[in-house]
Amino acid sequence: MAHPAQKQDPLEARLAAHAMPEGAAWAREAREDALSRLRAMGGLPGKRDEYWKFTDPTTLNLPEPPRAQCFATDESAPFSEIDRLRIVFVDGVFDAEASDDLALEGVEIERLSDAQARDIHWAKDAYGVLETRGQTPVTRAHAALNTALAQDGVVIRVTGSPSKPINLTYLHKSEVSDAILHHLVKVEPGAEVTILENGPAAARFSKVMEVEVADDARFHHVRLQGRDHERRAVTHMFARLGARSSYKSFTMTVNGVLTRNEQVVEFTGNEAIAHIAGAALGDGKDAPFHHDDTVFVTHDATDCESRQVFKKVVRNGAEGVFQGKILVKKDAQRTDGYQLSQALLLDDNASFQAKPELEIYADDVQCSHGSTTGAIDEEALFYLRSRGVPEDEATDLLVLAFLAEAIDEIEDESLRADILTRLQAWLDRHRG
Amino acid sequence: MLEIKNLHVSLEEEDKAILKGVDLTVEAGKVHAIMGPNGSGKSTLSYVLSGRDGYVVTDGSVALKGEDLLEMEPEERAAAGLFLAFQYPVEIPGVGNMTFLRTAVNAQRKARGEAEMSATDFLKEIRAKAKELKIDAEMLKRPVNVGFSGGEKKRNEILQMAMLEPAMCILDETDSGLDVDAMKLVADGVNALRSEGRGFLVITHYQRLLNHIKPDVVHIMSDGRIVKSGGPELALEVEENGYADILAEVA
Repeated sequence: MAHPAQKQDPLEARLAAHAMPEGAAWAREAREDALSRLRAMGGLPGKRDEYWKFTDPTTLNLPEPPRAQCFATDESAPFSEIDRLRIVFVDGVFDAEASDDLALEGVEIERLSDAQARDIHWAKDAYGVLETRGQTPVTRAHAALNTALAQDGVVIRVTGSPSKPINLTYLHKSEVSDAILHHLVKVEPGAEVTILENGPAAARFSKVMEVEVADDARFHHVRLQGRDHERRAVTHMFARLGARSSYKSFTMTVNGVLTRNEQVVEFTGNEAIAHIAGAALGDGKDAPFHHDDTVFVTHDATDCESRQVFKKVVRNGAEGVFQGKILVKKDAQRTDGYQLSQALLLDDNASFQAKPELEIYADDVQCSHGSTTGAIDEEALFYLRSRGVPEDEATDLLVLAFLAEAIDEIEDESLRADILTRLQAWLDRHRG
Repeated sequence: MLEIKNLHVSLEEEDKAILKGVDLTVEAGKVHAIMGPNGSGKSTLSYVLSGRDGYVVTDGSVALKGEDLLEMEPEERAAAGLFLAFQYPVEIPGVGNMTFLRTAVNAQRKARGEAEMSATDFLKEIRAKAKELKIDAEMLKRPVNVGFSGGEKKRNEILQMAMLEPAMCILDETDSGLDVDAMKLVADGVNALRSEGRGFLVITHYQRLLNHIKPDVVHIMSDGRIVKSGGPELALEVEENGYADILAEVA
């Protein structure tokens, strides 16, 4: 079926489907700048693009998203046991009624559109800034597209240590929703915040979060991405870390026909640490599953520690991808870099592609990386069964054991417990 | 308790016969020992009884308390009361020893239609039993067998046996890799479990374990068959003269 849009360049067709939101002059400028950068980089990625070798971007590029069914569940909402400040988006649109009051001591939270409507706002010096920095040496067209077109989002400035986490919840209610969210997080010197994210978000979801972590500040991030099988998501976290700061991010993904999570982290102050971890589970039995973690860590300061731990459990045709790079610049002495990507293939149909990279210009560094792909340990499985544990339960135990190293990256015990509960529920639903 | 009749077993992959007609009955309350030279099929017998993959039963039968054991999955055998103490206990990184045992205890109870053991009762019981076996609380928290010494692994096997309270216990070369003190601890653990309702099959290459776990019946296995059975004195005979004399005698 011929459609005029299909004959256009994919980028122009995509742009035609979204209006650029109004805002103050600076916001408009930042968005226009993103658009011209996007055009200069040659538009949206194609299948031949090296950075998209293992993940087909076609459905992310289409003017309209493919339909995605909304998944009904009677499970309690993630993080519901935790005292938190809820900010709810439905199909990518802020829902004030479903959200809590945004006032919380130690933090200023505003809707992106409110911030962008004002002529003078701290967001002026932040919107699109880290995204722009993250475009070299590898371009990330969908992030630039997001900066240009983002329909909604929040800007969060942390000045103290808020008493509870901020929970961004993304509900998916329309089968054709095409959500583009852009958040800014600025953690001021010495401040500390925990951001939680959860939800399937939309039929297609593009999200950028720019995170500036100032000297001595701490940023914690736990994300639960799921659950609707047919949803598609491309997300970017751009972080810049000041001296002695800390950035810890954990993502659990279950289900999803397409997920591409990019994390671009840059150390600019000495003695900072970044831990980035992910656990993804996919079972192709219900719907195709494709999950891609793409990470780029740049060490441009001395005595910093970066740690990447990514684990994937796949079966029935499910696909996992990991692309991870550690770049250590010339003066980033005494860098400690670690990268681990592992996949557990529960049958012969599942696949895992990994591209681990180290690029080191400093001479006094300690960097290691490892990538493995394996099946369930039959010896261990038999040992468990010989003690009376049924095969499916024994497999679950081994899956949890495999994921433990990634899940242990969640520092907060109640958050870790919550993630484990979700994980167990998923395993219970996907027996055999 | 355990009735093995004319059991013939081959390797799945190379069509090689390992067991060539084993007949053996272990009564409740008795301890039977199987001794034999390397390669006689002792360990294969324990694997086949526990349901490990890779073996084909070509003839014969095995019944546990009258039920056909060979028809059951490994976990069903366990729930029916069979326990194998492994010669080489498996390390399972990431799975806590305590979690593992509690899952196992409750899975067996569930399979038998019994109520699950509460967390508090389980903790109380495992602590008491671990203490008897000189297993410290730290070891219980660690992943299953990871970083355990040879002796700790074997004691951990006996702890599992004590917690699961099986009707039929098979010990496969439990003495291998143990020094005298560790062997005594393991043997004390086993002896504490001896009871009227429970059968034991102790597989060993050497007689020394049988000094600590006194058998009622000793069997000599060679080339996939039981070639001689007798009282505890048979083990002493092996100790003194080796297997050659006995094997020559029955040949």
